Amino acid sequence: MSPQPRNHSCCSGYTRSQLLRSAAAEAGKGLPAIEAGMPEPAGTGLSRRKFLARGAGLALAVYGASKIPLSAFETGIAQAAQSDKILVSIFFDGGIDSLSVLAPVGDSRYAQLRPNLALPPGAGTTFGEDPSLQWHPAAAALATLHGEGKVSAFPAIGYDHPDQSHFTSRHYYEIGELQVGPRTGWLGRYLDAVGDDENPLQGLSLDGSLSPMIATAEKPVAAIDSVDGYDLWSRVSDPIDAEMFRSFARFGSLPADSPGLSQVRRAASQTDKLRQDLTGVGEFSSPVAYPDSWFSHKLAGLAAYIAVGLPMRVVTVRAPGGYDTHADQAGDLEDNLRETCEGILAFQRDLEARGLADRVLIEMWSEFGRRPEENGSLGTDHGAAGCAFVIGSKAKGEMVGEFPGLGSLDGDDNLRVTSDFRGMYCSLLEQWLDYDAEAIIPGAAGFARPMLVKT
Amino acid sequence: MAIPQQKPVAARPKRRSKRRRVWKDKHYRWVPDGQGDWRVQGYVFRHHHKPKRGHFRGPGKKPPRQAAVAAPASAAPPVSDPRPPGAYQGDFGPAQAVRLLQRAGFGPVPGQAEQLASLGLVGAVQSLTRPKGTAVLSGPPPRDDDGNPLAPADAWGHDHLWWLDRMVRTNQPLVERMALTLHDWFATSNANVSTTQQMIDQSNLFRGHCFGSFLDLFRAVTVDPAMLQWLNGNENNKWAPNENYAREMMELFSLGADRGAYSEDDIREQARALTGWRSEWSSEEGEHNFRFDPKRHDTESKTVFGKTGNWGWEDACRLCVEHPLHPSFFVAKLWSYFIPVAPSSATREALEHAYVDSGRQIRPVLEEILMRPELYEGPPMVKPPVVQLAAMLRALGRPVDTEAWVWLCEEAGQRLFWPPNVSGWDDNRWLDTSRMRARWNTVAYALEEVSVDAWNDDYSTTETPEEALARALASWGSPALRPEHRDELLEFARRSENLILANWQKGPYRALRQNALLQLIGVSPDTILQ
Repeated sequence: MSPQPRNHSCCSGYTRSQLLRSAAAEAGKGLPAIEAGMPEPAGTGLSRRKFLARGAGLALAVYGASKIPLSAFETGIAQAAQSDKILVSIFFDGGIDSLSVLAPVGDSRYAQLRPNLALPPGAGTTFGEDPSLQWHPAAAALATLHGEGKVSAFPAIGYDHPDQSHFTSRHYYEIGELQVGPRTGWLGRYLDAVGDDENPLQGLSLDGSLSPMIATAEKPVAAIDSVDGYDLWSRVSDPIDAEMFRSFARFGSLPADSPGLSQVRRAASQTDKLRQDLTGVGEFSSPVAYPDSWFSHKLAGLAAYIAVGLPMRVVTVRAPGGYDTHADQAGDLEDNLRETCEGILAFQRDLEARGLADRVLIEMWSEFGRRPEENGSLGTDHGAAGCAFVIGSKAKGEMVGEFPGLGSLDGDDNLRVTSDFRGMYCSLLEQWLDYDAEAIIPGAAGFARPMLVKT
Repeated sequence: MAIPQQKPVAARPKRRSKRRRVWKDKHYRWVPDGQGDWRVQGYVFRHHHKPKRGHFRGPGKKPPRQAAVAAPASAAPPVSDPRPPGAYQGDFGPAQAVRLLQRAGFGPVPGQAEQLASLGLVGAVQSLTRPKGTAVLSGPPPRDDDGNPLAPADAWGHDHLWWLDRMVRTNQPLVERMALTLHDWFATSNANVSTTQQMIDQSNLFRGHCFGSFLDLFRAVTVDPAMLQWLNGNENNKWAPNENYAREMMELFSLGADRGAYSEDDIREQARALTGWRSEWSSEEGEHNFRFDPKRHDTESKTVFGKTGNWGWEDACRLCVEHPLHPSFFVAKLWSYFIPVAPSSATREALEHAYVDSGRQIRPVLEEILMRPELYEGPPMVKPPVVQLAAMLRALGRPVDTEAWVWLCEEAGQRLFWPPNVSGWDDNRWLDTSRMRARWNTVAYALEEVSVDAWNDDYSTTETPEEALARALASWGSPALRPEHRDELLEFARRSENLILANWQKGPYRALRQNALLQLIGVSPDTILQ
């Protein structure tokens, strides 16, 4: 049976109908049942510090026992309607220095605390909503989007009693609460609530490994390393290769008697599903020019994925470079920030050119900010409040929480927090993803919801 | 899909442009036939220099029949093997020896498991934990794609190949496995270290300290040039302390976060205790001349964990190692590298005692862990990607001969000398869809010279499914498969035969089937787990 092509927008060699056809073709051969996959839990970086056993992951929930035929996957793809909104999470790994991204050049203490690292007034565009702040010159692309009303900035986001460990603080952001125990990401819980049993693309990490932010308890999610397709190589060709993949998929669906074996089975089953789904996806073209960088290439691929209707709900990607700038901060930060911001601007222009910009919102975050006083290594140590941004045509474009100033720091000489990341999550859930935050974010009732989305 | 000769487009920037010509011809070699004897196998040999006419193309003299394979050592009279209390008490045969070699090394080469099993449990473990002399690397030395020797400190990726080769060829596998463990424990990345030689030197430090005193190791790592750069120890001075190392030495290296072991104040005080190390930078040498400069050291008193004194960097390490919460951290962390289920509280306490009673030595704890029943009777764990690759090369008898391993391992999530961050590799994430794909593709590469050319070689037109599987398993060094996987492979072999409809397909389809069996064994859970 050949399924009816649905209303696909064809802009590359790959179309939604092809996608459906390939899945149906395999299903028509009567492929064996496939174990419903389950991803790894969140916070596994934390598990090391808590000395949980490695490898198999002791805290794994029970392995899904339901067996769903492969044809269900086709249904999963078809059911994800084009109008679904997509949230893209971009992570500045290491704790980006918010006082460089939005430099408080108008604060008299800035130059005192940062004798070497302070940005000179006039070096970048003034931040319109608070003229004491100034965009880093490398964030000019972000400043452009802000000028168009497409960026909501959080100049001092965080939480009370900030933890200055990368891993703990990142974990809090990933799971959406201040606990070390929970193992599902806040977006993973959202996917568990609304996601499909057989659509791993609904939560997609573009970084090779799964972001703990989208770690679910039940629903399948996926990670890919390259947007250029997902081919498995071998010296086996037609017609034997189809039988080979069938056996590989069977490795994924046999019973497992240990967590380690479950993990391999799950990976085999999901890998084979993704192979069927993404083979050939890689040939795409973009209507706008992107900067020449790996990060931009990923975003270009993501825009093409959205255009052909791959059923994604939540996508995560890491910003290029590392932001744990204990030493020689200026150069590293500038290069990486520029690459990130220019990539995002091109992505936004691409979505606008394709008429998709109203469907995509970007959330950009980091685990903390850095200490206002620079250290002796031309760098900065771990701090408390940091910055976050919500970007897109539908972003409200209004600053959330004021810049607290450098005059009154907290007890550890760090920047005070003026907005809570959990409030941002609640707003994104309710205003963008149309889902009740109470069911996802513990203690949601206690957080103010900033307006993040244009109505 | 055909195997690309190079990493596909739009991947990392290509660092090599020149590809020298390779001359290929057919060679012959002896491979185990799975029944303890040998059979001749043809394969494509890639000469990196033009071969002389009439050069030797194998297979040479037939090796002696492997009696050990034909007669499993478990049937041999048991060696005297008294075992300490708490140790595994079951049969220690080749299957157990394989597991020990997988966890404490990089798997067996054909025949090694039987030989190790003959030593008994204690003898086998001690042969790994108490190696004599310096390691011997046997077999063909590593080479790059041009057939040249490696330049580990200078050429891109050769550092990775250099270590991979040691894993494949060493006669002291646990030294390499522990060095890898410590590379993860004290995870340092070349990303913030100015030379690759400093990374290699650090790995040699791990090799030298991997069985001895943890405090000696900790101190050596603390002032190791790569670590001093990675966590900014060389920029930590009394005027402007840098807290980076002070925090991670407690959170990740010795005590652990969220256990109440230390406070933010302890971090700041430790940072002061660690002040004084410095180095210089030049464009030729990078960071160099690492030394302690008393003028930069904070000589005021510091209070760490409630203890006040004029502490220096050696005290900073000692205070961590003497902290009451350190032994439990050490034992659980070391355990987790070898056994995927948490130790019982009684076991943990026994290991802590062994650690403290020995003066905080690594070897006694390691030996107890490697003899524990949980290792032999407990569930399997996922091999790290580099461990799987080294084990596959050992099983296939293939030397390190291509730079493809560098980017394939990177895609599989483990580029040596480049851990993702200071907490090391995340073992719970070895097997998502992206890493699994990279493992699949790595297997395809590893089989380069074992696979058959379906359209040129004259492959058997009569091979049965059972014969096909036996041949494929023999090429992999005859690994044990779980029965359901063996059944599935046989089922595949039968299904493939049903696709033969025309006479001309008889040989080529069987050749494709052989290649598929080789691939499927390489990506089976049996190969991925240890």
